[in-house]
Amino acid sequence: MKRDFAGHALLQILVHLAGALPLLWLVMDFFTANLTANPIQAIEQRTGLTAVSFLAASLACTPLAWLTGWKNLTQRRKALGNYGFFYAALHLLTFFILDYGLDFAAIWGDVGKKAYILIGAAAFLLLLPLAVTSFNYWMKRLGKNWKRLHRLVYIISPLVVLHFFMAKKGDFLRLSGDILQPLAFAALVALLLILRLPPVKQALLQLKSKITRGAAV
Amino acid sequence: MIPKISSSEITPKSVYLSRRDFIKAAGVLAGSLALTACGVAAPETAGPTSAAPADGTAKSDEKGSPATSYRDITTYNNYYEFTTDKAGVADLSKNFATRPWEIEVGGLVNNPGKFSVDDLVKKFPPEERIYRLRCVEAWSMVIPWVGFPLAGLLSAVEPTSAAKYVRFESIFKPEELPGQKEPWYPWPYQEGLRLDEAMHDLTILATGLYGGELPAQNGGGLRLVVPWKYGFKSIKAIVKIELTAEQPATLWSSIAPNEYGFYANVNPQVDHPRWSQKTERRIGELSRQATHMFNGYAEQVASLYDGMDLAKNY
Repeated sequence: MKRDFAGHALLQILVHLAGALPLLWLVMDFFTANLTANPIQAIEQRTGLTAVSFLAASLACTPLAWLTGWKNLTQRRKALGNYGFFYAALHLLTFFILDYGLDFAAIWGDVGKKAYILIGAAAFLLLLPLAVTSFNYWMKRLGKNWKRLHRLVYIISPLVVLHFFMAKKGDFLRLSGDILQPLAFAALVALLLILRLPPVKQALLQLKSKITRGAAV
Repeated sequence: MIPKISSSEITPKSVYLSRRDFIKAAGVLAGSLALTACGVAAPETAGPTSAAPADGTAKSDEKGSPATSYRDITTYNNYYEFTTDKAGVADLSKNFATRPWEIEVGGLVNNPGKFSVDDLVKKFPPEERIYRLRCVEAWSMVIPWVGFPLAGLLSAVEPTSAAKYVRFESIFKPEELPGQKEPWYPWPYQEGLRLDEAMHDLTILATGLYGGELPAQNGGGLRLVVPWKYGFKSIKAIVKIELTAEQPATLWSSIAPNEYGFYANVNPQVDHPRWSQKTERRIGELSRQATHMFNGYAEQVASLYDGMDLAKNY
């Protein structure tokens, strides 16, 4: 019990460290002029990449908990998801403030109607209620509906990957161009979602119990 | 008897180059000390890590926009043959040999041939051309190229009457250009121009930058510069030029034909599915500025496209 508590605390510390480091690193690179000759674009890209990484990490908790039996993992989903939201918000703020100087007329008249911007915006709007209801107060108040609401992440994560694909130079339908990174995230997110399908999950758990029983004998 | 010199005794290029840099830096330092002694600020040339072959004068384009710094031009490069990380190209290309450099010119011409860049610059004396470069990704620079009009070389090889287009091909050497190992691109890079575009006086083959040699990361040994078109048309590290009757395929239009056309003229009226083409960010500046038709060269080149629907021929 005591050991479990230590593991729990350690995992918590690791998650918050992982959450803070990309921002610290970005700020440090900013002040050491290490963000290329086009720092605004670099901030946009790095906050975006960090956001999608945290979303994938939060999606990974549940299947990893099934496989390892380490329940602590499921309790870290929320923090990881919130960091994903935090970096997505920075990504959006960078776009509105640094990139376009809050010139909403220019944004709407120019890039605002582009499909990849709309998909990114939709993903963020769907993520917003999840971040707002991430407090324990809302968890208690919403009861079963909390879990239902938070299943929105199954829609959000593919939207984010699609936004990522479309923001890169190339054509993902033809598998050509600068698609390696978004392709890797697409594969990861697809895997994490497929593992949740009830038949896949059952087969996985059966396989796991077979292996552990085999090891016990 | 000729004494044998073992290869270990020959000064490696990196060492003698860094010696030159040191001497140059010492000269600049001495010069700036002298200048500051007189109360005159030394002209800013390059960042601390780059040895800018500066010729000392502040440069600007014909509209008075100052040239982008040598450091920014040589450390922010769209060169997927090395890496998609723009800040990583300079390092990955530092051992890429830009001399000797040879190109083959052929196709529908009367005098095909092979030319070394050293011969070309003797035949066609390079001059400085300070051009705006507008990337399709909505950033831009002002770059003091050194080069000569492509028209001179094309005239020398005498295109036949059947020649309508010019096709350019980049070097293909995956062992030196690691990005060429990626399967997502139809390497080598290729580009094309209509013959009249290629013969236009603004179209140059660049052999230098800021008065010095053209660094590998900027397309050395030899690159094309077509200032009224998006940057990806200005193909780097050219090894082959071919005159053709048919419009040649180009790398980006074969990857994503709905995004990148053959013409790729800078045009704020023609939308791109990803980037704004109405505005751009000049490297070194924070706010965006308006993008101009033909990148501000409309007066010189608009007549090439009289009667053409530029929204269709994007």
